[in-house]
Amino acid sequence: MLPRSLRHACALACLFVWTCTQIGPVFAADAERPSPLRSGIEFTSADVRSLQDDDFQNPGMLWVTRGEELWRVAAGKSGKSCADCHQRAETSMKGVAARYPVYDAAAGDVVNLEGRINLCRTHRQAAKPLVYESENMLALTTYVAHQSRGARVEGAVPTELRASFERGRERYRKRIGQMDLACTHCHQQNWGRTLLAQTISQGHGNAYPAYRLEWQSLGSLQRRLRACYFGVRAEMPPYQSPELLDLEVYLAWRGRGLTIETPGVRR
Amino acid sequence: MVARVQVPGNAKRGEIIDIRIAIQHKMETGFRFDLFGKPIPKNVVNEVVCRYNGAEIFRAELGSGIAANPYMQFSTIAEASGEIVFDWVDDAGERGTERASITVSA
Amino acid sequence: MPRPHRRRFLVTLAALGLLPRAGVRPAGAAENDLAPIIAKITSGKALQPGRVRIETPLLADNGHSVPVRLTVESPMSAADHVSTISLLSDRNPRPVIATYHLGPRAGRARIATRVRLNGTQRIWAIARMSDGSCWSGHADIVVTESACLDGS
Repeated sequence: MLPRSLRHACALACLFVWTCTQIGPVFAADAERPSPLRSGIEFTSADVRSLQDDDFQNPGMLWVTRGEELWRVAAGKSGKSCADCHQRAETSMKGVAARYPVYDAAAGDVVNLEGRINLCRTHRQAAKPLVYESENMLALTTYVAHQSRGARVEGAVPTELRASFERGRERYRKRIGQMDLACTHCHQQNWGRTLLAQTISQGHGNAYPAYRLEWQSLGSLQRRLRACYFGVRAEMPPYQSPELLDLEVYLAWRGRGLTIETPGVRR
Repeated sequence: MVARVQVPGNAKRGEIIDIRIAIQHKMETGFRFDLFGKPIPKNVVNEVVCRYNGAEIFRAELGSGIAANPYMQFSTIAEASGEIVFDWVDDAGERGTERASITVSA
Repeated sequence: MPRPHRRRFLVTLAALGLLPRAGVRPAGAAENDLAPIIAKITSGKALQPGRVRIETPLLADNGHSVPVRLTVESPMSAADHVSTISLLSDRNPRPVIATYHLGPRAGRARIATRVRLNGTQRIWAIARMSDGSCWSGHADIVVTESACLDGS
């Protein structure tokens, strides 16, 4: 007979293993997330950090300013502006970006922030949808996401998002392009190491829409993902394709707990 | 054209104050091509003028060597309460203006 | 590619006493002949090194947006002040980056901005004073490239 303390330890270990097998892949998959979790800003130069920290110098704030104007502009046959329904974005939109992408039952699909803005335009404002990555779409998305600056990415995976999440997770590990690389090869297995003059980040989305010096402009998370496809010499999926939306869902889960920085600044 | 300016709302007479301006503009160099291979014409904000109660205090002539979404910081001596007005123009002739008021105490 | 201008520029700089004695340049090769541009700014007067400081990072993340701060030593009085500061690049396709006009009402001669740099190079700032004298400062900047191509 084993001593009592050892029996307790054995029981606890068995319980732990059993729990791991029962909770399911989402929790067991925790090892897929980088540890410690680090925002991309930690991998940038002092100049980029000071640019992001200074709300006047941060060029992304120009899109926030434009978005604030657009929030109050009536659109479509409804003659309504965003503000007519949602009033002050500072309160109504606070924390919203932290929950996106979500599953929309009416649309029967995954919807990101850009998609939600267009659903509002077509269904509520009776207006034409905004073109993805257009200046007005970027301005509105940035303005809305900016209201969640400082909030933590929730990255929850409810049952309805599960299928999309699994596809995104698979996509994250799939080798693509002439370079035959998957997301995971750089951003999970080699973050913190250098590639030419750059340090590879963990590849989170918490700063987006973000101003990239490389773009000389602000851009969406999907543009950043497309840039990675281009980087490994793969065909870039179109904006709002299921492939990019699935990746957004997976990335939100992977980066849950990080602080939203919109509009972030990156090199 | 969206722009943001920063001027302290209050200052003491004789105090040197910092003034900042940021303008949303591509500052197109004229060296780039569009997706069809056609050159994109040069279009930059080529002049920014700052006037304090009507008198010019600062003027900048800019070229394509200034980064997109041009940002500038300069200074002036707070002399009197009033308005600081910024005017700029790009190669396409599009003009922009922004203003900020300042209260100067003795 | 032969660059006769470069030699003329270096000769001019040497004549002006602007070249370092043990002249090893850390920056990339100059491609612009700044001499005629400088001559126009100075109206042919001697360009003196000093009084102008350029602050930049030694290493720029990329050439699209490099922070630059220009400071000129000057009392900025009605009688003695900086009237213009010209910012020049020795490697950009257009050598004149910007020209700033200021006066005694500025209080101090200090300007900050962000510039585009077409690769590793030396940038120059030429200050023209109210008495017509001209002073210069320069800075060497290494411009790094992004590791990944971005065609998004």
